Amino acid sequence: MLLLEMAAGGHGDRVAVGTADGGITFAELFQRAGATAAHLRESGSGHLALADVSSEALPALLFGASWAGVPFVPLNYRLGDGELRTLVSRVSPALAVVDPDAPGRLDGIDGVAAVGRHDLLADLADREPAAEGWSFDGEDEAVLLFTSGTTGEPKAAVLRQRHLVSYVLGSVEFGAAGEDEAALVSVPPYHVAGIAAVLSNVYAGRRVLQLPTFTAADWVGLVRREGVTSAMVVPTMLARIVEHLEAEGDGSPGLPSLRSLSYGGGRMPQPVVERALALLPDTRFVNAYGLTETSSTVALLGPDEHREAVASDDPVVRSRLGSAGRPLPGIEVSIRDDAGNEVPTGGSGDIWVRGEQVAGEYRDQGSRLTPDGWFPTNDGGRLDDEGYLYVTGRIDDVIVKGGQNISPGEIEEVLYTHPAVADVAAVGLPDHDWGERIAVAVVLRPGETAPADELCALVTERLRSNRTPDRVEFVDELPYNDTGKLLRRMVRERLAHLGDG
Amino acid sequence: MAELSAGSRWASQVCATEVIVVKAPPGDTALECGGSPMLPPGDAESVGTPDASAAEGTQLGKRYVDADETLELLCTKPGDGSLGVGGTPLVLKEAKPLPASD
Repeated sequence: MLLLEMAAGGHGDRVAVGTADGGITFAELFQRAGATAAHLRESGSGHLALADVSSEALPALLFGASWAGVPFVPLNYRLGDGELRTLVSRVSPALAVVDPDAPGRLDGIDGVAAVGRHDLLADLADREPAAEGWSFDGEDEAVLLFTSGTTGEPKAAVLRQRHLVSYVLGSVEFGAAGEDEAALVSVPPYHVAGIAAVLSNVYAGRRVLQLPTFTAADWVGLVRREGVTSAMVVPTMLARIVEHLEAEGDGSPGLPSLRSLSYGGGRMPQPVVERALALLPDTRFVNAYGLTETSSTVALLGPDEHREAVASDDPVVRSRLGSAGRPLPGIEVSIRDDAGNEVPTGGSGDIWVRGEQVAGEYRDQGSRLTPDGWFPTNDGGRLDDEGYLYVTGRIDDVIVKGGQNISPGEIEEVLYTHPAVADVAAVGLPDHDWGERIAVAVVLRPGETAPADELCALVTERLRSNRTPDRVEFVDELPYNDTGKLLRRMVRERLAHLGDG
Repeated sequence: MAELSAGSRWASQVCATEVIVVKAPPGDTALECGGSPMLPPGDAESVGTPDASAAEGTQLGKRYVDADETLELLCTKPGDGSLGVGGTPLVLKEAKPLPASD
């Protein structure tokens, strides 16, 4: 609430959310957050849950929950009713805001008062803001985010006020945005980047536009129509945007208003970034690496580093395009072996992070930080001697073949460079002799072909022979979740027939 | 005089200024605004106006530091007084903005 109060005081007349001529101002947002808090206090709810797309209601709910001192719980509205109801019942008693297109899906849960978004907004418009005097206790739980649960029951990551405030104060300058600036948010509210985008842009004084359901055509159209100056996308979105702009051909007007484009939230094929840099020569690119448990971004590769890398003949400088850049000020990164000892510079291991914004805590399971404050991310990676961080993927995804640890990411990076390859995933499958064998699922570009042995030879040539895929399967598409995360478990299931029982 | 902890809030007694501590050195710090000691917001009652020697004002959202940057404050409400420690004025910290990542 501190952040919104400052924003309302410093740039209250500016439009905070929505179109330039029809949006609500920071002062109005402050009023709505106060009305949300009044509603929450009256209802006695212990949580504010949201099962809805991004909308103008989101910032008011996020700040209103903070004002009332209850955690905000944005949920994946794409889940089936059964799963969604289970998650909501875990945070009862709660007020739950639901998508007006799916009314009734959270009705009848013990302790949960469900309300449609339109009904809630109408209620807020008539309501007096709550008395001021929100808590300033940094230990208050601000946001609960359920992990996607690809490896079991979803865990609720806890972000406390002090983590989010540290992140914003550490990475954003107050009121730094010009009055003409607008940020396009196309990640959903239940993704940490969707929360960070609201907080950062409110503090910077930048108008937020929301695209609830992403298509490349809608995204490009909105950037042009509203003169969007900055945006954050996940890798699959950037790939679609690149395809869309390429399909427009030589007559494409480009995206001249877009000064800054940030991407993150999963593995990003280097060729897609290179094509994006060529298509948008005046846009400043940022690669952000972070996790839910670290309050979003902990390392970033900046605009100048992108352009230097792509223009360089030095393979080391060029390879930085595939790195996550350097840690933010206030964040320490350490690469550790299985025993938790720091590995020498350049060595691979588990990425550990430490800093004020790092939460590393789950509801009912407590803190996962080490006694001296480090959070083991379970992402594998390495740091080079200039401090650039290379993320190679989840430790759990590492293929162990004949006692060698092989990161799927390095094989995939090589195969992406083949002109016929549109998408690729490498996984380990059971093998009687080697423990695991390497199988790759390859999606070809439309109209292209590539013999499997040619793809294998490319990996052997660029890496080492023990990285050569043992099996290649051509597929129509790879399975992703709705925030662009590759579902490797599903790839393994699909290729299971290529393994030894 | 008190030991400052990161995240704690302090209010001026002689103007509208409020700050939050971003970073503080160990040990007691005599935080002042407008020449008078700053207090926790609930305890600060208006007791006059800033001393003429400390009346350049504070700006919303700006950071203020001491000479060796062991102390850093963020102004959360602006006012007419200026910030200091034990009679030495704090200075405005130059912003080093990061590229927007969200």
